[in-house]
Amino acid sequence: MNDMTPAVVKSTPKDWETDQEVRWCPGCGDYAILKAVQRTMPEIGARPENTVFVSGIGCSSRFPYYMETYGFHTIHGRAPAVATGVKLANPELDVWIITGDGDALSIGGNHTMHLLRRNLNCQVLLFNNEIYGLTKGQYSPTSRVGTRSPSTPFGSVDRPAQPCAFALGSGARFVARGIDVHKNLPSVFKAAYAHQGAAFVEIFQNCIVYNDDVFASFTEKANASGNQLWVEHGQPLLFAGGTKGLTMDIDRLVLKVVDVVDGDWQGAHVAVHDQTNRGLAHMLVEMPFGPFPMALGVLYDDPAPTFDSAVIAQNKHASEGKKPDLQKLLSQGQTWQVEKEPRPE
Amino acid sequence: MATAVHEVTPTEASAHPQAESIVVRFAGDSGDGMQLTGGQFTLSTALAGNDLSTFPDFPAEIRAPLGTLFGVSAFQINFGSTSIETAGDALDVLVAMNPAALKTNVNELKAGGLIIADTGEFTERNLAKAKYESNPIDDGSLAKWQVLAFDISALTVAAVKPFGLGNKEALRCKNMWTLGLALWMFDRDRQPLVDWLKAKFAKAPALAEANIAALNAGHAYGETAEISGPLKQHHVPAAPAEPGLYRTVTGAEAISMGLVAGAQLANIPMFFGGYPITPASAILHHLSRLKEFGITTFQAEDEIAAIASAIGASYAGQLGVTSSSGPGIALKGEAMGLAIMTELPLVIINSQRGGPSTGLPTKTEQSDLYQAVYGRNGDAPMPVIAARSPSDAFEVAIEAVRIATQYMTPVMVLTDGYIANAAEPWKVPEVSDYAPFPVHYLDTVPEGGFQAYARDEKLARPWVKPGTPGLLHRIGGIEKQQGTGNIDYGPANHQAMTDIRKAKVDGINIPDQAIELGDPGGKLVVVGWGSTFGPIHQAVRRARRKGLDVSHIHLRHIWPMPGNLGALLKGYEKILVPEMNTGQLKTVLRDQYLVDAKPLNKVSGQPFRIAEIEAAIEGILA
Repeated sequence: MNDMTPAVVKSTPKDWETDQEVRWCPGCGDYAILKAVQRTMPEIGARPENTVFVSGIGCSSRFPYYMETYGFHTIHGRAPAVATGVKLANPELDVWIITGDGDALSIGGNHTMHLLRRNLNCQVLLFNNEIYGLTKGQYSPTSRVGTRSPSTPFGSVDRPAQPCAFALGSGARFVARGIDVHKNLPSVFKAAYAHQGAAFVEIFQNCIVYNDDVFASFTEKANASGNQLWVEHGQPLLFAGGTKGLTMDIDRLVLKVVDVVDGDWQGAHVAVHDQTNRGLAHMLVEMPFGPFPMALGVLYDDPAPTFDSAVIAQNKHASEGKKPDLQKLLSQGQTWQVEKEPRPE
Repeated sequence: MATAVHEVTPTEASAHPQAESIVVRFAGDSGDGMQLTGGQFTLSTALAGNDLSTFPDFPAEIRAPLGTLFGVSAFQINFGSTSIETAGDALDVLVAMNPAALKTNVNELKAGGLIIADTGEFTERNLAKAKYESNPIDDGSLAKWQVLAFDISALTVAAVKPFGLGNKEALRCKNMWTLGLALWMFDRDRQPLVDWLKAKFAKAPALAEANIAALNAGHAYGETAEISGPLKQHHVPAAPAEPGLYRTVTGAEAISMGLVAGAQLANIPMFFGGYPITPASAILHHLSRLKEFGITTFQAEDEIAAIASAIGASYAGQLGVTSSSGPGIALKGEAMGLAIMTELPLVIINSQRGGPSTGLPTKTEQSDLYQAVYGRNGDAPMPVIAARSPSDAFEVAIEAVRIATQYMTPVMVLTDGYIANAAEPWKVPEVSDYAPFPVHYLDTVPEGGFQAYARDEKLARPWVKPGTPGLLHRIGGIEKQQGTGNIDYGPANHQAMTDIRKAKVDGINIPDQAIELGDPGGKLVVVGWGSTFGPIHQAVRRARRKGLDVSHIHLRHIWPMPGNLGALLKGYEKILVPEMNTGQLKTVLRDQYLVDAKPLNKVSGQPFRIAEIEAAIEGILA
């Protein structure tokens, strides 16, 4: 976000819709994410003319066409680099980057890493559907081992990237997770926007055509309660209706699941979430799903100075007391004066 | 020099060619400080009022193993009292700091030329490293040259002894000793060098004094040794030049200042996205120090991010600039297409080097013309302009900014390793002589409504900065609908948009092509572009003195080409196109004008010699 935006600007979700026909497949998770973003904008008091959505290539990257803001649908993987130029040129803009698992972690992995380590003040929404949708269903860098696709008819053999672990490893100061259709998604976006610096949000997004139900083990209604752990700063890490929690196995320095009896989480030594605890964040994003639940919500939020503010400050400092005198610049160095032609004809 | 500072007078033209110019090359180990020696000698030459042109030629390795043939670093300077446009064909003086430097350079010394060699380095070990079976100084193999061999190492160590330096540090002053001798040889003032050394070693006065002592000792050696042997003092009188303030400038400096000037004339801030690459990095270094001019520099994570960030900055209303050399330019290709599709201003500087792939990082070539004109997917027309000399790079950079901002298009500037590193005297231009071309952003809804892809009379679309109320819109790399800029894959629309993009670039207002030398029409025209200007110009001048009917045309605008060029070329019976590639401009000229352009190619990593082009001219007109 940008801290110079006036706090209150009245708008409704409808004001953030464009006249463009939305071209995602019927039932695509992207629709729900679009709605969640459009619902978030009025709540954070954003101004359309001050908002820029920058995307790469892929299904998710069509997103800017559907937001009544400024938008730039760039090239595959390069949205973070374009966004860096936009933000450095005008730090007063709210810059949102829309990307996917292939865009951000395969072809654009390098830019994602550097955007996060530099800590550009922006929001990165990574739509993770574990598949290449727009190119008709090839496996992606987040696909699980064994994923059968047109390019891996016998199953993929390479280990997947973990988006949130990648983000933390790259130096991100805000890491969150959400689910396309979950009601909590706008609150995750709000927290991302409130964070000063690069805010990385992985959204589990269902590709109904090429990878349907790949997240069903924790997104399906029947599985949700037992397998979703929505973290909250200052609150115990509980799930399964408060009957289970995460605690620290002190001997092995790892997390473990414990049963909570009669709501006595203190008695079960359930850990309290501290969103500024980087070590805890690493453990939460790396927990293997199955033995552990899926950690969701704001997993890590600990602001640090932003790249754009540092660049602006340095530009300002380096310019102090100096006049932009072009004639003087041209005349620098060792110069000499020629008075007249030394050899008249 | 390649600027119009001096027009050769008929008296000069009839004189023996280049009689009043001297070519000196300093050659040594890459750690011997030869580039610094050459640079300081260049300054003193400029201060003496000579016209000059330099050719720094150094290895890609930062510190190649001592004494090796591939580790030789050389700096060549041609200076004189007449107009100088090349770094010189053959050497008059070779300063060889070790056997490897002698071996790799001596064959470019004119018969009768002078070798100055440091015998202190002609040890058995160094001779072996240079693959000499016997010591060339003693074995008679240098008979066709004059040899002045003495122990510069020992003389330097003796000169700096009072300052308590270790042997290694003392030997580091060798280059100053040599420079002192060179200053004596050409009757130069030492004071600017002394001032420079004092400033450079302000924090280590002992080092400053030692270097000054070495400089003085070399100078004194010249004075006392004059009585005998081949060492003679030359006085090269100042070259005629227009009155005014002068400085030396390299192409990298001139480009950087030209970009600053262009941004000021356009009245917009500049964003420079770069990634380190030889020989383009110097531009990033120069601009990084000029924040007060409203310049943001960004060292990106790679070449693609460098251009993509510049495009983002242009989208947000600044002048986006990126710079690289051939391999990096290749990586930027897709993003150039995005800038073409989204019709955003962008300046891309290509400091060409030998290719393909990593090729010859520190050597010069002009082999990216195809890449510049054609090297993108789809029909992706983009203006391309080329600098002919270090000082011309200033004008070319301004021209690139003008075209980019006035026509909402990316523009590529072609320069090369030779122009980037070479120095020449430059009459400092008056900023007020340049007509401003201020940018007008669209900031209100125009009559009849806002369209992101509406066209002005130049076919340019409006530039709208995000942050502007009422003009919200989306752009991207997908084909745009005429006018609205919405996504449109329709066949008629794609045809129309492709035609518009082409018509916009074809219609760019560029000056008519001038003839550099000669007549409009005749038996032969030599057509060049870029840094071959100097050798072509001198070769044509020499040939004309001999009475040959030959003219010189030199292109700045490679794409689109000047409107009169086709008619101009058809006025000559024959066309010769010398290029440091295998014939790229030649092919484009053939394609555009159906003319029988003949190539003259050189891809050795070295600039053309005047004599090579002269011989080709004579061969054709014989």
